[in-house]
Amino acid sequence: MTDLVATTPGLFPLPDWAKAELSDLKGHQKGDLISGDEAPELQDAYDRARTEVVDAQTDAGLDRVVEGQLRWDDMLAHPLAVHDNVETRGIVRYYDNNNFYREPVVQDDLTFDGDVAAELDAAAEQVDDGLQAVLPGPYSLADLATDEHYGDETEFLHAVADFLAGEADAFPDVETLFLLEPSLVENAPSEGLDAEVPEAVTAVADAVDCEVVVHPYWGALDEKVYAHLLDADVDAVGFDFVADHEANLYNLQEYGATDDIALGLLDGQNTLVEEPEAINERVDWVFDNLPVAEFDTTYVTTNTETFYLPYSKFEAKVEAAADAVALAETEVQA
Amino acid sequence: MTTNANRDQFRPEDHPNDHFLLTTVVGSYPKPKWLNRAKELYEDPDHEFDADDWAEAKDDACRLITDEHERAGLDVVVDGEMRRNEMVEFFAHRIEGYEFNGPVKVWGHNYFDKPSVVDDVAYDESWLVDEYEFTADAAERPVKVPITGPYTLANWSFNEAYEDDEALAYDLADLVNEEIEKLVDAGARYIQIDEPALATTPDDHAIVGECLERIADNIDEDVRIGLHVCYGDYSRIYPEILDYPVDEFDLELANGDYEQLDVFTADEFTKDLALGVVDAHVAEVEPVEEIKENVRKGLEVVPPERLVISPDCGVKLLPREVAFGKMENMVQAVREVEAELDAGEIEVPATSQRSPADD
Repeated sequence: MTDLVATTPGLFPLPDWAKAELSDLKGHQKGDLISGDEAPELQDAYDRARTEVVDAQTDAGLDRVVEGQLRWDDMLAHPLAVHDNVETRGIVRYYDNNNFYREPVVQDDLTFDGDVAAELDAAAEQVDDGLQAVLPGPYSLADLATDEHYGDETEFLHAVADFLAGEADAFPDVETLFLLEPSLVENAPSEGLDAEVPEAVTAVADAVDCEVVVHPYWGALDEKVYAHLLDADVDAVGFDFVADHEANLYNLQEYGATDDIALGLLDGQNTLVEEPEAINERVDWVFDNLPVAEFDTTYVTTNTETFYLPYSKFEAKVEAAADAVALAETEVQA
Repeated sequence: MTTNANRDQFRPEDHPNDHFLLTTVVGSYPKPKWLNRAKELYEDPDHEFDADDWAEAKDDACRLITDEHERAGLDVVVDGEMRRNEMVEFFAHRIEGYEFNGPVKVWGHNYFDKPSVVDDVAYDESWLVDEYEFTADAAERPVKVPITGPYTLANWSFNEAYEDDEALAYDLADLVNEEIEKLVDAGARYIQIDEPALATTPDDHAIVGECLERIADNIDEDVRIGLHVCYGDYSRIYPEILDYPVDEFDLELANGDYEQLDVFTADEFTKDLALGVVDAHVAEVEPVEEIKENVRKGLEVVPPERLVISPDCGVKLLPREVAFGKMENMVQAVREVEAELDAGEIEVPATSQRSPADD
């Protein structure tokens, strides 16, 4: 029997008070975005906001609790946007969304930074167990950035992977690491580079002593990309069943899966909140359609980050995910 | 000289030149600081500034900005959208089927109250007829009415109720059509549909086309309908958009320094072109000479009788004095180009490309 785990891929919306307070403190222009060396009053506001989203997850009963990534003004590009050897340029579109981030341009070696580890240290003080780390996957982070230093896309991918491995190595003890890889779907790696992705992902996964989930979203991976990704040394691959259930099911049926699996079943970009029963029906649908479905652990999550949502709807999504898993466990016991 | 009745209905009687390049704005304009202050007072429950006071403040601002547009010399004016907070929110508040759940991030600490469609959308109260009637009454010049297009209204909302955004956009298009019928009954002759979302999802140009078919249905041909699109890769929607049932395309091009102008000369531009000649996101007033050069770029695409001149986009994010300076210089530049056209000092590439048999 699979162990159902309610979680999220992180990158939450700020509570409304924090939106107002931080925009007053920081301003609205691109020069006002997060730099990595915030003044004390900013740190204080982020600390209070972090506490609030940690409590929201704990109160809802999620099995994994993330830090929230509330400082990630540049979304998944954040770890590079705050790096000293990276210059941030104009505002560019974040995938196909009406959202924008600063283009990070890598100018020099991607040395150790520690920004994400510091956030997790702060979260670890408030989470007794089930802390989950979140990072962009190496392919997505490289895809979101511009390289003006390494000069070769394969070399750049591995440099980004080594950088992320260094960041992950500094993490406090965590239960799970989610590596978010939307670019594997949205801007799939070219022939040749696709074969480099598993090595890059493995480099990051090997840096931590915990369960690692690689989570692509906004559709299904090309077959070849998926087949390559299964070579990575990770515990689970995620599937966005909101955006494309048929193609994802096809990949699972044709190529099999990792020992664990992550199912993106709640829509992270729509305010319509799924009923726990409906979420569980979707879990069953996936399992019923697989010839062999013996996963040790099944992560139940939103398909995407949730910063797209109003805060109240984000809270409702988190509760729905937790309630779905709680309900399924009750039904098993009964 | 060739004429264009649909456009020339807005030509002022005392127009100084034989040639006429209609000058207008896209819509939004910086709000006077006192209007923002008045809004704060109105939203403060402890303050005695009430709904009547707030309505009066908006009326005053509308008169002020309409007059400011006329002082700048614009041929067709707008009230600067003084009554509107944001281009989706404003309409969503007036359409049945929408609800609001709080602000969402666009980038950095820039947010908007992205609404959710939770039920079939339906026409309730009129959206813009009061605004139009007030502005038309306050204005000496003809008034244009900008309306956020159905595709953008659908695309920039959470869709909880419809099968897909396409179905939602078509229902919204029918509501926009209803509103335009009411505006035309009230005397409006110039409607501009704003579809910025088209630039972000250019593959959906056929959906926008179907929306416009619904919008233009049963609207008198004399009523001028424009479409404003901005900040995108136009090669992905042109020339397909020429099939849209509109009279004019209003395009942002100054921001990209006319790098995309070639897109519109590769295939003959068969509609009127409303050309952006000043940048809406640079807080410096372009000199008249520079704007004149930009105006002449338009003549590479269309002949003078099919050219309209405006800023790239709404100018609400500029300091007000900069916005006014841009309007004033824009009008002066256009009047000078018209005089030079009268004097035969300017060659018009868009005309000379065409054989006489085309006319």
